[in-house]
Amino acid sequence: MRFLCVGLYFSGVKIMVSIINYKAGNAPSVLNAYNMLGIEAKLIESPEDVLGAEKLILPGVGSAGATMDSLGGMGVIGPIKYMLKEKKINFLGICIGLQVLFEFSEEGNVGCLGLLKGKVKKFDAGAMRVPQIGWNKAVFLDSDEINKNLEAHEYFYFVNSYYVDPSEKGDVFAETDYGGVFTSMVRHENIYAAQFHAEKSGEAGLTLLKNFAGLKNS
Amino acid sequence: MLTKRLIACFDVRGGMVTKAHKFQDNIDIEKAGVIAKKIYGDQIDEIIFYDITASSEKRKIDLDTVRSVAKQVFVPFTVGGGIRNLDDMYEVLKAGAEKISIDSMAVRNPDIIKEGSIAFGRQCIVLSMQVKKVAKTEKIPSGYEIAIDGARFFTGMDALEWAKKGEALGAGEICVNSIDNDGTHMGYDIEITSLIAENVNIPVIASGGAGEPAHLSEVFTKTKADAAIISSMLYSPRISRNYSVSELKSFLDESGVNVRPIVQKEKYKLFG
Repeated sequence: MRFLCVGLYFSGVKIMVSIINYKAGNAPSVLNAYNMLGIEAKLIESPEDVLGAEKLILPGVGSAGATMDSLGGMGVIGPIKYMLKEKKINFLGICIGLQVLFEFSEEGNVGCLGLLKGKVKKFDAGAMRVPQIGWNKAVFLDSDEINKNLEAHEYFYFVNSYYVDPSEKGDVFAETDYGGVFTSMVRHENIYAAQFHAEKSGEAGLTLLKNFAGLKNS
Repeated sequence: MLTKRLIACFDVRGGMVTKAHKFQDNIDIEKAGVIAKKIYGDQIDEIIFYDITASSEKRKIDLDTVRSVAKQVFVPFTVGGGIRNLDDMYEVLKAGAEKISIDSMAVRNPDIIKEGSIAFGRQCIVLSMQVKKVAKTEKIPSGYEIAIDGARFFTGMDALEWAKKGEALGAGEICVNSIDNDGTHMGYDIEITSLIAENVNIPVIASGGAGEPAHLSEVFTKTKADAAIISSMLYSPRISRNYSVSELKSFLDESGVNVRPIVQKEKYKLFG
């Protein structure tokens, strides 16, 4: 019976993951991951596409300022805020896609989307190599559908000079140690976001992307 | 804690992975996509692919091969060879690579490091350098000189100075390739790897000379290198034996080197 329900769920409800494709982003890598998983996903670029999205991913590489400029130029900032705050669709931010959710980034001292409370800070370059590049351990503080089939701690691939510091500690979903503990994943209602690159973190990362696609919108 | 990375490096010409000895006498091994998929399945941490003839043949990098690898490999993936300008970098990134490796091109036009770093973020730019041990002189105080074009031309530049300059210009990582040790299977050049890793604050990748697992533990314990390139050990027929990623990880773990452990993939229930 359980299998039947799962089958009906996947065949009866159209699950389409929309990935925002902006200039400096690595949206095609996220799309490659979903193609490999056999999950329907597409790259989107227009405000209309964002307003029509069922599940939204904001991937990212590069800087917070360039990303905000790029999103602004595409006219998708308003639609993203509306879909996340009012329509409450499931959202996954990756790397810069996590950082721009907060109010402010020290990287270029730019204002960001302000969907989550807190700011983005730089790693202490005196203590550690910056950027952090490589596989590090994320420790999940809770379990949820998003980390189904993952261990309480898993290795993921990180590339970051900056990290998020949420004001609401309840938003912290995973933590990682790099010369001190920082927030490597957040969860706030329908909003999920990870500092690590799930699309480049082998089977563990693919599992997280698959779990995201399987979340039910509330 | 951040783990030490093992990076599989493939020299590719005409879509085929090839293996050289001291930058010469290449023999072809297998299609790039086939080898990349296999090594990804073996849980390598990262992959680098050099289109070794793109530069000398003055043609663009083989984007079809980049795309085919990117569709099958879900770990970070760096591409180098034949990158001439920002447009080339953009094309390679859009084809699915995470990082661009620049080498001779950066020596000729150091501003490309800065431009690439501003356009795509410094994490995208790997400054790869060919280094050779020479007598210490006033001009080359580190005793290591930078070469370009497959070690065919020596620049008179000091390796440590070039590494520091690369960092200042915006490189995200530095890959130190030893010309002397390349293809010898005698171990990494510990001296120059250590010197550079001590003196820059971005990740350093050791390259050239790995022939057995002990060479990896040596470079990770005697230097502050963050990653090491392996190629012959994985797939070359020119070496006494090949090693699996899993064997290398186990050896490093037992040697006290912090590496990403091999996982049982079945536990993720990814398919079915």
